[in-house]
Amino acid sequence: MMAVNVGEPVEQELVLANTTVKLKKSGSGDPLLILHSEMGNAGWLKYQQELAKDHTVYMLSHPGCMGSDQPDWIMNMRDLAGWYLQAIEELGITPMNVIGLSFGGWIAAEMAVMSPQTFNKMILVSATGIKPEEGEIFDIFGVTPQVFQQKSFFDPSNTSEYQIVCPDELTEELALEWEYARESTCRVSWRPYMYYPALPNLLNRLKNLETLIVWGSEDEIVPLNSGQIYNRNIQGSRLEVIKNCGHRPEIEKVGEFLKLVKEFL
Amino acid sequence: MLIGHFTEQPWQDDSSGLMGTQSTDLGISNSFYNPAVGASLYNRYLDEKLYAEEMGFDAFMLNEHHSTPFCMQGVTNIGAAILARQTKKAKIIILGNVLPIWDDPLWLAEQLSMIDMISYGRLVSGFVRGGGRESFAHNAPPHFNRERFEEAHDFIIKAWTEPGPWRWEGKHYQYRYVNPWARPLQQPHPQIWIPSTVSVETVKWTAEHRYPLVLLATKLEPTRDAFQLYHDTAKENGYKSGTQNLAYLFKVHVDETEEKADEVARKYLSGVSNPFLAGNEGQINPAIMSLPGHTSRTSNRLQAAAFGPAGRFGTNRRPYEDQVEDLTIISGTPKTVLPKIRHVLEYLRPGSIFFWDGDGAMTHEDQMRSLRLMGEEVIPAVREMGKELELFSSFEVDPRTGEKIETTEEVSS
Repeated sequence: MMAVNVGEPVEQELVLANTTVKLKKSGSGDPLLILHSEMGNAGWLKYQQELAKDHTVYMLSHPGCMGSDQPDWIMNMRDLAGWYLQAIEELGITPMNVIGLSFGGWIAAEMAVMSPQTFNKMILVSATGIKPEEGEIFDIFGVTPQVFQQKSFFDPSNTSEYQIVCPDELTEELALEWEYARESTCRVSWRPYMYYPALPNLLNRLKNLETLIVWGSEDEIVPLNSGQIYNRNIQGSRLEVIKNCGHRPEIEKVGEFLKLVKEFL
Repeated sequence: MLIGHFTEQPWQDDSSGLMGTQSTDLGISNSFYNPAVGASLYNRYLDEKLYAEEMGFDAFMLNEHHSTPFCMQGVTNIGAAILARQTKKAKIIILGNVLPIWDDPLWLAEQLSMIDMISYGRLVSGFVRGGGRESFAHNAPPHFNRERFEEAHDFIIKAWTEPGPWRWEGKHYQYRYVNPWARPLQQPHPQIWIPSTVSVETVKWTAEHRYPLVLLATKLEPTRDAFQLYHDTAKENGYKSGTQNLAYLFKVHVDETEEKADEVARKYLSGVSNPFLAGNEGQINPAIMSLPGHTSRTSNRLQAAAFGPAGRFGTNRRPYEDQVEDLTIISGTPKTVLPKIRHVLEYLRPGSIFFWDGDGAMTHEDQMRSLRLMGEEVIPAVREMGKELELFSSFEVDPRTGEKIETTEEVSS
């Protein structure tokens, strides 16, 4: 399959870990795995286009998301992380760098804990997975996807790609992408909601995994406190907080986000 | 024919400011809840059920909803248990226990066995999957709703019928020791009925299991389509279905004059908002009504194909007059309600029916008048219609085989 134009990914259907999945791949350079959020794998935004200039970017649509089958046996985060480890081993790209976005960040953290040597460097962006000491992780299943998208941004009117991510005129395709992604996320995160109680303790195992944690100062979905707990428990990790930014730094503050990521990688 | 009575048992408190309002589903804090009012209402609704039995109703239909003022029965088994002890003849038809929200279906099996025994075998145990509201209120995983329903159903039947102790290592439920010291009186177990509001998946599942299907106040045409789907599925599954497999709930209120009947029937729509009362639905919470994975993708596709844009309940918000026109609400003196009831019976041919009354903002007096008139005039006449139209309940004809059920008296004489 040919790329549509420079910056657009090649989309493929593959069988990985006994599951048919959709893969978006673009760029050249060292492999960079990006684990998408709870809203799926639609589009190809600036941050992805930029990163593809210096890396071969791999983005799988998580099992159960649009384009990917849902294995019946995946019932919790451990199952999903285990599936992912096998999938990327079969892709033949390990060890590599990883960026995990929100729910994708939780997947990355769990994968790292199970298999630290799989990642060279890890970036967790507004990651779920840890119960904050103050406040609570916002219940994304109690609101419609549109409301969730709106709440994920501090200042939608100042976010240049907002209309791509959450258009006023919602297409059926995007609505389905969101729906399938929410189902796939819900399956492993319903209760306890969106965290694993022992994860902070398990993260103590990571002593040699260079980790950058990126958070928006105005994140209304996952309290900054969760990021602080990640920081506290991953030895040597660095937490960077982007001002005037909500839950999607990679979209809302793409310039600052890319600067941090490029310096780190 | 079986004639039953139903009310949602709505919350009513004029001082709350909630009556007649269109609230958002699951949007009302229980800070509005006055337990003194609750105490009075629970006892009133039980008194009305006792009177209904006196007036000749064959059955009480009980339901369950959570965290919402339109239905006070958050625990249907409590209502059923009280009636088991306080009544003597009427069937106690629970429609139904919400299986997926039970993390411990063994406990449910025990409760139902106790109710069946205390009532000396009058329980009908309906099971439902529940809507998003129930999953949300009790934190049951929506994406496993159907699987939990089916596994709990299989488990409960085994707990009722297979002597213990045994183990169960299921996908969603695990028990190391199943040996309940409570088993149902009815053998092999109480009848299981399945209520639905026009879900293709549910109708087919119910027909495959040979359980009576209860359609809940859905519009006549989609109801008949659902009943036909049941019969077609029964045929595919090699058994003879009939009226004994079908039941229908519809709003019927009877009063002393036409004017009074009209005045009171409007009260269906002037209580606290009730998503199941067309015209009174209020605001649904769209996230809760479509929790991820709650309705399978197959079901959504089947739904669109089979029943068109009729909407989830086959109803949509419509003014009172329209609902009277299309028989969604039947209200009048015995003289005027009887022909309308007859039309429903002829059109749908259900073996069991439930009159939905005493809801919304109706008072105790409104309900008692209606029950009395039903007892004196409507029920006897409807029974005759049932005989004439050959509408048999699942207690007269076996829904599994289509064979007439011999009563003990007949056998021994």
